[in-house]
Amino acid sequence: MTSAAASGGLKAWLTSESPDSRIQARLGRWYGGWVSLRGNPLAFSGLAIVVFLLLVALLGPSIVTGSPFDQDLQGRLAPPSAVHWFGTDSLGRDILVRLVYGSRITLTIIFLVSVIVLPVGLVVGTVAGYLGGIVDAVLMRVTDIFLAFPRLVLALAFVAALKPGIDTAIIAISLTTWPPYARLARAETLTIRNTDYIQAARLQGASVARLLWSHVMPLCLPSVIVRLTLDMAGVILTAAGLGFLGLGAQPPAPEWGLMIADGRQYVLDQWWVATIPGIAIFTVSLGFNLLGDGLRDVFDPKGL
Amino acid sequence: MTETPILAVEDLVVRYRGQHRETIALNGISFVLGRERLGIVGESGSGKTTVGRALLRLLPPRTEVTARRLDFAGQDLRALDEAAMRNIRGRRISMVLQDPKFSLNPVMTVGRQIAESYRVHHKASRKEARERALAMLEELSIREPGKVFDLYPHEVSGGMGQRVMIAMMLVPEPALLIADEPTSALDVTVQAQLLTLIDALIRRRGMALLLISHNINLVASFCDRVMVMYAGRVMETCRAADLAEARHPYTRGLLACRPVVDETREELATLARDPRWLEAAEP
Amino acid sequence: MTETLEPREKTARIRRFRPLILLRAAFRLVVSIALTLFGLTMATFVIGRLIPIDPVLAIVGDRAPQDVYDATRLELGLDQPLYLQYFHYLKKLLAGDFGVSLFSSQPVLTDLLNVLPATIELATVAIVIGVFLGLPMGVVAASNQGRWPDHLIRVVGLIGYSMPVFWLGIIGLLLFYGQLGWVSGPGRVDAAFEGAVDPVTGFLLIDSLLAGNTEIFFNALSHIVLPASLLGYVSLAYISRMTRSFMLGQLRQEYILTAQLKGLSRRRVIWRHALGNIMVPLITVIALSYGYLLEGAVLTETVFSWPGLGLYLKNSLFNADLNAVLGGTLAVGSAFIGLNMLSDVAYLVFDPRAR
Repeated sequence: MTSAAASGGLKAWLTSESPDSRIQARLGRWYGGWVSLRGNPLAFSGLAIVVFLLLVALLGPSIVTGSPFDQDLQGRLAPPSAVHWFGTDSLGRDILVRLVYGSRITLTIIFLVSVIVLPVGLVVGTVAGYLGGIVDAVLMRVTDIFLAFPRLVLALAFVAALKPGIDTAIIAISLTTWPPYARLARAETLTIRNTDYIQAARLQGASVARLLWSHVMPLCLPSVIVRLTLDMAGVILTAAGLGFLGLGAQPPAPEWGLMIADGRQYVLDQWWVATIPGIAIFTVSLGFNLLGDGLRDVFDPKGL
Repeated sequence: MTETPILAVEDLVVRYRGQHRETIALNGISFVLGRERLGIVGESGSGKTTVGRALLRLLPPRTEVTARRLDFAGQDLRALDEAAMRNIRGRRISMVLQDPKFSLNPVMTVGRQIAESYRVHHKASRKEARERALAMLEELSIREPGKVFDLYPHEVSGGMGQRVMIAMMLVPEPALLIADEPTSALDVTVQAQLLTLIDALIRRRGMALLLISHNINLVASFCDRVMVMYAGRVMETCRAADLAEARHPYTRGLLACRPVVDETREELATLARDPRWLEAAEP
Repeated sequence: MTETLEPREKTARIRRFRPLILLRAAFRLVVSIALTLFGLTMATFVIGRLIPIDPVLAIVGDRAPQDVYDATRLELGLDQPLYLQYFHYLKKLLAGDFGVSLFSSQPVLTDLLNVLPATIELATVAIVIGVFLGLPMGVVAASNQGRWPDHLIRVVGLIGYSMPVFWLGIIGLLLFYGQLGWVSGPGRVDAAFEGAVDPVTGFLLIDSLLAGNTEIFFNALSHIVLPASLLGYVSLAYISRMTRSFMLGQLRQEYILTAQLKGLSRRRVIWRHALGNIMVPLITVIALSYGYLLEGAVLTETVFSWPGLGLYLKNSLFNADLNAVLGGTLAVGSAFIGLNMLSDVAYLVFDPRAR
């Protein structure tokens, strides 16, 4: 009885038309978004996949037994079995275990790229949009230049100069991923720059930095987050591509792209070595695409 | 009048089934239209625009149209399939939209759009269709129709664009023209010109006109009869000449709202809406 | 009551000055491209200077005497300030001097011109597949919004751009070459036919036909069909998605209602009226897709052992052939930039409102 009342109470509290506090309003909006997302089966499966990735990366290594580096040259290239669910690779390492540990690498890449790209893009975009004039022109020129660079090829050249490794890969990817966010942030900033409440905040003496940080940037977040989610799908593919070429994580790291490269020569007879990591990459990328599409429908539902 | 009416509508209901709820756009409209000019007046949301689209079956998907009677020149429109409806559109019933900025295809010359209108319903060569289009433009008092033929919609003024629209809709020689706010997007000075033009064209061809507008003055001056709509229902139908003696309080309210130049008033009248009007009005 | 109307005065004036307006827009475009290329060359220059290896040692070896080292250093211009070095670099580039490849001992530019046709051939066939399938798919999806064709096409597209292309290539080879034997394996032609045809255009499919050698033509076809189809699939995923999106935007416009009011069939409304209005953004999309194909060539050509620019880049990378890597980067980068800017050109040429 009390739980029904409590859950009825919570839902009513969240969906109340006149919230009493900012927290309530904010949580209420999140709840609304959550309901929309839940109603969209494709988007929800995307969310499920991303959450699953998170869980595997965080908890997986504690659950699976064995290390991704344990070699067993006697049992190399073994097909999937009860012992090795996904079989073993060319050095007898369990593919499932490597997959699980590899998810950590994937997650690291996504996380670090986001952490670099978001602030840079937001700052450049909002500053350019707000200050306008020559600052705007210069910043946008720079943004356009970076925007026009082909991601993979530039990453290649970058890695050619520096030591190949996951850090270099992350920097290279970030360098070519941030421009769209600057563009988005700038567009949003231009829209709200002249609104009354921004003017009011200025009259109250808010500095430019504070204005941008507390008022302008939060409004850019929805479109930026949608874009980020969709971009992550592409980042995963690029990172896997670099790994495949041997320019990302270095052996013996269990990076998924690298695993495909390892298995490539055996693909005709021992297909699972190269195929299964690819399915993992595909699934994660698909998850982000689905989630991104769903988020976009939530934030900007024009039926596209 | 023993002649078959051009339109005979009885109890027309249009329901739109949205995601979470159902909206009723038309709640039992009935009227008869002969070879005359009928004006439909109403505020936004009264359903006046829906009438025209329902007749031509061009409503958004998930819309349900029912009627006890929906006849055009004796033909039951409900019984026609899509192919038959396409024959009606443009050829027997035409509709002119409000704003030529949006209602004309931006990447096609205006002449081609008019010619296309002719070729859809008549087997004609491009040259023939072009001749027809030019003739139509001339009839709409456009000088140098040859030049205008090759212009794009963004290169013509609002008034000319609307004339193009009318030309496009009259070139297949329909029997009925529905004009949905034909002058609302134009300058006041151009409005009267255009309506006079439409009037002349209609008379010359012996057509019927259904003029939809929110402007009661306009409708009163150009139509034979007036039908007042509110919230998807007909409040009153009467002759334009008798409008001053209208009985329904909504009509009287609309008339009273008009600011008149040579009259002194303390306050401008506003409309007080009676919720009773939302229930069944006059049949 | 016969007032007359003339075409707007403004229109007449615009028409007279049209060439000037176009010229100004073209000028702005050229400046834009130049600036971006400038940025690209700066990027490659910086990357070139980032290497921890001493470029002098790379040439003279570790055991060279000091004076040889010094002389070479002077020769390479490494004693000069950085901006002067960049200036010289730029000058050399404009003269077509991309340096000499360590591996082939040939000028990098020559190498690039040798490998470029293979990449372009593959990318072009792929994009043709992508457009011919993707465009109609997008249109069909938009006109059936919410119904099963729409959902099916969206899912097919979604799968297409979530897939790692290099993995798709490996699976494709496994299935269609290894298991089914429907297509030929890696490489552009069978080894026996290498160099058997005169490279008139550099495009094997065309050259073999020009030489009248149908055997080689069909062999080349059987080699290109798999990579081109897979790349075509990835392209059509993006193209159909964007076409659908543009179409949906158009179908909401009022001129669509007007077309229906004229009595046009739905098919005609979509293909004759709506499609014409999305041509310009579509060209941008196609150009971008082509750019992605060029960019991803490194991966695809590795998987299929396709002797194009991508494979050249990768091999140069592993040979530590810096000049070649940077030269290749510049080539792909420039093409990418050019394709990106194509959208602006398309807008000027095709949209009547721009005139």
